Amino acid sequence: MFLDFFYTLRRHKIPVALTEWRVLMQALSLGFAHSSLARFYTLARSLLVKDVGYYDAYDLAFKETFHGITTPEEILDEIVAWLQDPYTLEHLTPEQLALLQQFDLEALRELFAQRLREQKERHDRGNRMIGTGGTSPFGHNGKHSKGIRVGGEGGQHSAVQVAEERHYENYRRDRTLDIRQIQMALKKLRNLQRLGAEEELDLEETIDQTCRNGGEIELIFCPPRKNNAKVLLLMDAGGSMMPYTTLVEGLFSAAHKATHFKDFQYYYFHNCIYEQLYSDMRMNKKVSTSSLLHILDADYKVILVGDAYMAPEELIDPGGALYYYHHNDTPGMTWLHRIQEHFRVCIWLNPLPAGQWNRTTIHLVRQVFPMYELTLDGLERGIKQLARKVA
Amino acid sequence: MQASSFDQFTGTETYIVSPDLRDTVNVAIALQRPLLVKGEPGTGKTLLAHNIARALGKPLLVWNIKSTTKAKDGLYVYDTVQRLNDARFGDGDVSDIKRYIRLGCLGQAFTADEQVVLLIDEIDKADIEFPNDLLNELDEMNFYILETDERIVAQQRPIVIITSNAEKELPDAFLRRCVFHYIAFPERDLMAEIVHVHHPRLEDDLLGQALERFYELRKVEALRKKPSTSELIDWLQALVAGGISAEQLATALPFLGVLLKKESDVEVMLKKGAADQRRLTRMGS
Repeated sequence: MFLDFFYTLRRHKIPVALTEWRVLMQALSLGFAHSSLARFYTLARSLLVKDVGYYDAYDLAFKETFHGITTPEEILDEIVAWLQDPYTLEHLTPEQLALLQQFDLEALRELFAQRLREQKERHDRGNRMIGTGGTSPFGHNGKHSKGIRVGGEGGQHSAVQVAEERHYENYRRDRTLDIRQIQMALKKLRNLQRLGAEEELDLEETIDQTCRNGGEIELIFCPPRKNNAKVLLLMDAGGSMMPYTTLVEGLFSAAHKATHFKDFQYYYFHNCIYEQLYSDMRMNKKVSTSSLLHILDADYKVILVGDAYMAPEELIDPGGALYYYHHNDTPGMTWLHRIQEHFRVCIWLNPLPAGQWNRTTIHLVRQVFPMYELTLDGLERGIKQLARKVA
Repeated sequence: MQASSFDQFTGTETYIVSPDLRDTVNVAIALQRPLLVKGEPGTGKTLLAHNIARALGKPLLVWNIKSTTKAKDGLYVYDTVQRLNDARFGDGDVSDIKRYIRLGCLGQAFTADEQVVLLIDEIDKADIEFPNDLLNELDEMNFYILETDERIVAQQRPIVIITSNAEKELPDAFLRRCVFHYIAFPERDLMAEIVHVHHPRLEDDLLGQALERFYELRKVEALRKKPSTSELIDWLQALVAGGISAEQLATALPFLGVLLKKESDVEVMLKKGAADQRRLTRMGS
């Protein structure tokens, strides 16, 4: 069961590495969590979870794994049982196994067994203590904050209870995002290069060369660093996108405010991209898609935002455009392909959760563009894709 | 290591820690791993290091990180300009490079005779690669000075506290080596204790009412910068000095400027106050 905790954490998408797991074992073998489950809760979290965004997932995983457990001794029992059962190690890959073996399981087992013996003795006394006062096992200074601690009765289930209270739910990363978070994500699109004339004094190099020159001053110049990233944002302003207006606006204003792009262009489309794009949300000002493809270089990084959810004919058939005073001779799908072929990197951000992406048109669009959820997590992964250096 | 040596740090009389933060600090000290602290501004991230140093009676070294800070600056700086100057104008012995090597904070922490607490403040301010450049030095606690062919090895592993405002993501490899703690904004009870440390003779009524209003204020979504602990403490000071009573506080928010530092936020609250007032009068009539 103890190893289950590791896998449960991984299942909740917390990136726990085996090296961190080893550190936890080390800490446990030194007797850190001996006095309470609440302490184990804090200890494991501080060593395994390095981002408050995962605290909520940790709470869930903790609750799931330890809901029946009331004392830390039970956890230690579990660990010893786990260590004594060679079969439990079978789930591990050879590399992981090698890592664990480095750690000297034998010595660890020894330590735990010893610890457990001490625990058992201490436990008796501990019980008495708990019995009389209802004080928590480590409540010597009586400074109870709700964050970790010990409720009215008993004490030991507090850790699971605290986990159940889910204090960190609002910090989850898979929640949709605010503008600042988007800005931070977009910052990663930087592409700093030294460009243009050599007009900046390179102090380091000057000093270095001067020293090498035996003190005769040698001035070295270099071109200034400029951000070379160019971004094209294409947004679906169709009816089915209405619920996500705030979200898309957030993305837009973050990108618009970002001062670090060399160029930022944005256009709107309606459900799917056809001959024309619109430079305003109400779709009054038209821009021809093919001329845009002509004007913009291939090195623009393209972010498409939309639910990609439409009637199949809107995507596949000529004349399928839903927009009533618009007739398209070329099917939307062809336009999507043209965009994908013209630009080196494109991503599609979808406000619909990935669970719904098996719908026909979304599925088709995904075959053209790599698709990411419009959440902090998805955006970051998408930006990573965009920021890739493309030869 | 003995179990008894875990609980080295228990806070100081002016710095109240929550039990989970206290445990995490002690884990980091015992495992000799850097402690990474994140949290809202004003939750005492930087103060933590100062108080660990004070509680353990160890000297503190502070390395403030700026956007231009390089990892190497923390190890040592080779003062080439000084050497050039000396070479040209004939001051000092230029042949001894050692004279021009200045140890950075990390270097000083390594060479100190006793264990020190090293605070690396706001690590996220630096370049994205910065933490990675420090990995080896923090892990093995030694580094090499190329110019003098010298290896600096830590006499005692310093207690390393790193703070971050989460402006930038820190690299995974770096995170894996740290013990991590997120300082949540203090709950009411803990806050009352923290306040008590600074204003021991505050009346309970006033404190209760002030906390009430303070947490209400923090719930207002429209605020761009929520007031934090230090603002609350200043505000209480102002309330006491101004002779404001608990009753007065129930209906008004005096000295709003102490709590809110952005003009737009003050406006938001004034508008909200006016609207509430209108509603109250309407209900009364």
